[in-house]
Amino acid sequence: MKSAVITFPGSNCDRDMHVALNKFGFKNQMVWHNDNELPKSDLVVLPGGFSYGDYLRCGSMASKSKIMQSVIKFAKSGGLVMGICNGFQILVESGLVPGVLLRNKYLEFICKNVFVKIDNKDNPYFKNLDKEVFEFHIAHNEGNYFCTNDQLKEIEDNNQVAIYYCNDNGKTEEKFNPNGSLKNIAGIFNKKKNVLGMMPHPERMIDKSLSGEDGSLFFKNLINNIK
Amino acid sequence: MKVSAIITLKKDVLDPQGKVIHQTLDGMGFKDVNEVRQGKYFEIDVKENDPKKAQKIVEDMCDKLLANLVIENYKIIEIQ
Repeated sequence: MKSAVITFPGSNCDRDMHVALNKFGFKNQMVWHNDNELPKSDLVVLPGGFSYGDYLRCGSMASKSKIMQSVIKFAKSGGLVMGICNGFQILVESGLVPGVLLRNKYLEFICKNVFVKIDNKDNPYFKNLDKEVFEFHIAHNEGNYFCTNDQLKEIEDNNQVAIYYCNDNGKTEEKFNPNGSLKNIAGIFNKKKNVLGMMPHPERMIDKSLSGEDGSLFFKNLINNIK
Repeated sequence: MKVSAIITLKKDVLDPQGKVIHQTLDGMGFKDVNEVRQGKYFEIDVKENDPKKAQKIVEDMCDKLLANLVIENYKIIEIQ
C-alpha cells in the first residue's frame, strides 16, 4: 500500500506521520507542497503543524498551494485523503470537508491527551475497529469546530461526524469538550466518507514505551481496510 | 488604486478575542461597552485605475482567500 504525506512550509508532524505509516506497512513518500503531481497513492495525508505560519487563517494559504489542486482532484475521484490537526484546517479551507475551525473557546493552546469516541464505522478509516473509545493526543490553538445550522443538519443527516471528544467511558458531554467545538466534534468526513479531517494525532500514539498504542490500532486497522 | 477592505466575524460566530478585549476594557474603567468584535483590515494596492474594476478585483480576492464566508463577512470601505 502506498501513501503520500504532503509537507508544507511550517508542517511539523510530517515526519512523525511518515514514521507511523511506514511502521504499519505503508510505503510512504514525502511530497513537497510546490509539486504539481501526486505520486500514485492509496492514501494521502495532510499532516499537522503551522503551515505558512498560520497567517490569515490556519490552513488558508496551504489550501491554495500547487499540490492541493492534485489533492482535491484525487479526493473528488474517491481517493482517501486524511488531514490531521493543521491538515484538518487545510481540508476545511479547501472545502473538502464542511465547516471551519475557530480559535479555542478559552483562548489557550491545548496540548494534552484526550479521549475520543469513534462509533461511526461505515467508512474505510474506522471499519472493523473493535472498540469505540480511544486515547489520542491533541495540540492546537484553533480546533473549535463550527458550522452553520444548515451545514450541521446536513452533516448529521449524512452521518458525517467522524469523532467526538468524550471521557474514558465514551460520554460525549460538554465538560469533556476541550476547545468549545460544536457538539464535541473532533473529526468530520466529507459526504462520501473518503476524506477525513480530525484534530487528534493518532501518529503520536504508536509506541508503547512513549505513549499509548491507540494510534497503532488505528493504523493497523486502516492498512487492513485499504488492502 | 488603493482598495481597503474590512473582514468581520458574522453575528452568530463566537469571538473569544473580542470578549477578552471587552473584559480588559471593562477592567480599565471603560464601563460603557456593550460588545467588542475583532476583525481584519486589508489595504490592497492594485494595478487598476478604474475604481469599479479595482473593487471587483478585491471582492474576488475576499471571496476566494481573504475571507472565509462560512464565518466572516467583508466590506470594501474605501477606494482611492
